[in-house]
Amino acid sequence: MARITLKNLKHAYMPNPVNDEDWALKELNLDWDDGGAYALLGPSGCGKTTLLNLISGLLTPSHGSILFDDHDVTGLPPEQRKIAQVFQFPVVYDTMTVYDNLAFPLRNRGVDETTVNKRVLEVAEMNDLTATLGNRASGLTADGKQKISLGRGLVRTDVNAILFDEPLTVIDPHLKFQLRSKLKELHTRVPNTMIYVTHDQTEAITFADKVVVMNVGEVVQVGTPKELFEEPHHTFVGHFIGSPGMNVLDCEVKNGHAYIAGKRIATANKASAKAGKSEIGVRPEFVKFAGRGLEARVVKVSDAGRFSVVEADSAGGRVRLLVDEGGTIPPDTAHLEFDPAATRIYTNGWLAGREGQP
Amino acid sequence: MNKTVNQKAWFFVAPVLILVAFNAIVPLMTVVNYSVQETFGDNVFFWAGLRWFEEILRSPRFHDALGRQLFFTGTILAIEVPLGVIIALAMPRKGPWVSVCLVLMAMPLLIPWNVVGAMWNIFGLPELGLLGKTLNTIGFDYNYTRQPGDAWFTLILMDVWHWTSLVVLLAYAGLVSIPDAYYQAARIDGASSWAIFRYIQLPKMKRVLTIAVLLRFMDSFNIYTEPSVLTGGGPGNSTTLLSIDLVKIALGQFDLGPAAAMSLIYFLVILLFSWIFYTAMTRGEEQ
Amino acid sequence: MALELKNVAKKVGADVHIHPTDLTFEPGSFNILLGTTLAGKTTLMQMMAGLEKPTSGEVWFDGRNVTGTAVQKRNVSMVYQQFINYPNMSVFDNIASPLRVARLPDQEIQSRVGEMAELMRISAMLDRRPSELSGGQQQRTAMARALVKDSDLILLDEPLANLDFKLREEMRDELPRLFAERNCVVVYATTEPTEALLLGGQTAAMHEGRVVDLGPTAQIYRHPSGLESAKVFSEPPINLASASVKSGWVLLDEGVSWKADKGLADGTYTIGIRPHHVSPVRQSSKSVVVEGKVKVAELTGSESIIHFHAHDHPWVSLSHGVHPFETGRFARFYADMSKCFYFDSGGHLVDLSSAGKAA
Repeated sequence: MARITLKNLKHAYMPNPVNDEDWALKELNLDWDDGGAYALLGPSGCGKTTLLNLISGLLTPSHGSILFDDHDVTGLPPEQRKIAQVFQFPVVYDTMTVYDNLAFPLRNRGVDETTVNKRVLEVAEMNDLTATLGNRASGLTADGKQKISLGRGLVRTDVNAILFDEPLTVIDPHLKFQLRSKLKELHTRVPNTMIYVTHDQTEAITFADKVVVMNVGEVVQVGTPKELFEEPHHTFVGHFIGSPGMNVLDCEVKNGHAYIAGKRIATANKASAKAGKSEIGVRPEFVKFAGRGLEARVVKVSDAGRFSVVEADSAGGRVRLLVDEGGTIPPDTAHLEFDPAATRIYTNGWLAGREGQP
Repeated sequence: MNKTVNQKAWFFVAPVLILVAFNAIVPLMTVVNYSVQETFGDNVFFWAGLRWFEEILRSPRFHDALGRQLFFTGTILAIEVPLGVIIALAMPRKGPWVSVCLVLMAMPLLIPWNVVGAMWNIFGLPELGLLGKTLNTIGFDYNYTRQPGDAWFTLILMDVWHWTSLVVLLAYAGLVSIPDAYYQAARIDGASSWAIFRYIQLPKMKRVLTIAVLLRFMDSFNIYTEPSVLTGGGPGNSTTLLSIDLVKIALGQFDLGPAAAMSLIYFLVILLFSWIFYTAMTRGEEQ
Repeated sequence: MALELKNVAKKVGADVHIHPTDLTFEPGSFNILLGTTLAGKTTLMQMMAGLEKPTSGEVWFDGRNVTGTAVQKRNVSMVYQQFINYPNMSVFDNIASPLRVARLPDQEIQSRVGEMAELMRISAMLDRRPSELSGGQQQRTAMARALVKDSDLILLDEPLANLDFKLREEMRDELPRLFAERNCVVVYATTEPTEALLLGGQTAAMHEGRVVDLGPTAQIYRHPSGLESAKVFSEPPINLASASVKSGWVLLDEGVSWKADKGLADGTYTIGIRPHHVSPVRQSSKSVVVEGKVKVAELTGSESIIHFHAHDHPWVSLSHGVHPFETGRFARFYADMSKCFYFDSGGHLVDLSSAGKAA
């Protein structure tokens, strides 16, 4: 259990980085509270795994420092940082039983058998492994093995943080759902800080209290799932979070207001004085068919079961909106209404009024 | 995966089949034929039944040779397998030195076997060879041409030098295929180097080590060239391994019947031991 | 140019991998095989392609029995989950390879590869090696290679499974466009119900080597023919409970009861209700109350997925809005039972042909 602080952290894999692209991780400063659940979210290559490895100690940063509870751990190897890590594919000691696997980290640290037994049984119960304790670890399914990996991290009492590196990658889709909610449940039961790396926005926002959205080595926004959903600071965040992602439409700006094809669009924020490309961002959940509003032509309807995704072409670009099961969808031309509280103006990709500030 | 059947394949295989039949099956049948006949040459044969087999299996000479062979194979396996694993563990897994190490390890395997025998023959000469002279200078009374103990020592040392590399390369291949995440997880779990070896490296190497042991077993049981060039089976018959003995009977004494019988027994012994070995080592895999 | 499977089955030793199956896929159709990982989708696709021989039954294509024909002779393309490309050839050569095998003239190869690269949006990468490309670009190269051949049968085995979440969404949108103009049979395997729904077409739901349902995707989602089909086609998993019907009332073990629809005979049933019909907010006056202890609440920005236990029986609720229930708290949920499915003891859907069944 520890507060984690990242100060001026930067990392490059090559020895002499010169320009921006050489840095895998550009300068960042983050502060994480004790016991929280955090997610590092971004597409492949955004630097999230690099960041995770810097926190765990498997990598030493080229620049900057990492503090656990205000102790500088930057130079310490993983064994001394008191962290646990769950990897993309299950790492279990094949020759040992499930019980011995869970006991391994404690026994290595010289803990007495009675305590070991108590902790192993507790953790096995939390992870639904009690029935398999006597079996050889190699015989379990992928999700069982991941639970063992997780259990080895939980069984220690001195763990500062548990790090997850895309842990659901090899899990069967129908079991992914269960394991995901199990992880969330565990978070409510154990006090450890948890840091979860993923490219799957559903995993990130269902698990974390706070999500760090990254792209190309930079932190784009840090916020709660609600904040990221309702007020993305950058069109990238709007696009990346939410399925389907936020609509980004071209617009003109006049006197601080946004216009698409001459029609004024009510927005939650005012356009900034900065010059640049202006766009309107609004999530499909906040777009509705209405009697009046932006004109659009319905192009495609996809039935996703409990709602339909409707795509309509407007003067500002393609708009996606969601219609609940059983709702009416006009067949051809229609008018779209955007919820003003959820519609925002973006300049050069950034939320107008917040340029360049994650 | 079942491929759809295509008859044309047999035409491509036919020439090879004929060749193999000519070079392997026909001679094997000849040996079987000889093993149940008595002959003095000139194509005159008398049926002998299983007489040669009984004679060989009862002869003390055969028992001695078999005993020496088992001792030899057992010793080199006990040395080469652990040594090979240790060297493989010590080799770097990444970086510029990897190719250098691999080449160094491969080199002993490339030398023709009779050259290996000749090398060690000269190397061990008590007055002229580097090894022989050095040992004698230090104070050991070393002479492999006269003392059976020294002959064995040299024989085993030669085999270890020649063939440990094979075990190293196979074990190394097994080690290199272990993903980094396992090591990382073990570090995080606080495991000692011994624990890492025991719980991660050894289990993952098990399959390749099985192959290594099997190969070394069969090859060492068959060995002929190197010991023959090194000691010729001597001094006396102290290093006369099974193959050397067999050649003495067949070509030295020209007792074709007993030699043929011994060949077959030899063949079956290797087959039996190999099968036992293999079953024992892969038994665990079935779980 | 239809693909027909006639009583096709696959047995390996004593295990039945595919039970005897009959399927017909028309040309120009988009067919989805939906099921969990070991349902048999890959085995079935391999038999369609000719990579595996069925232990019994026949495969017919375009009115001809092709069961014994080698895959090289059939006009088939396949795209795999792992991005399979020739590592030592450039992207251009990769895409051109099937055309070169067919000995087409260079000029035609040039133009067709160019067209395909344009369609897959990888024209800028033509002279790079696959190892230099990102995952999505590699998969698009593999798909380009599969499509350039103009095959009669195109098989895609979970092609998007190894891609990033967002990339998967984007490529999913592009897929129908790629197949729109062609007159071939397309078969697409996936484990995700949402993906099947968004792709449309026709779906064959598979479970343990059997096709448990077949029909237009949205239709079998709304009217699964059986329990297995409903389970396969739900994400989050469908809530199931055993129920007994007596004298016009449905009674669940959890103590919950409601008035049965007319036409529902007395007996024991399994009821299935999808999570989005179970909500912490009362939706209609006819909603049935289910109370339980909350195990965990997963909140996305706009929805809540709440796992709770009613009488030790797990339930999942999916609703709009953010409902941050604490773990361990007792909460009340409202289930719209007019939208639930009734499955008889054989696992078949009971068709209540009353007007209200428009789930």
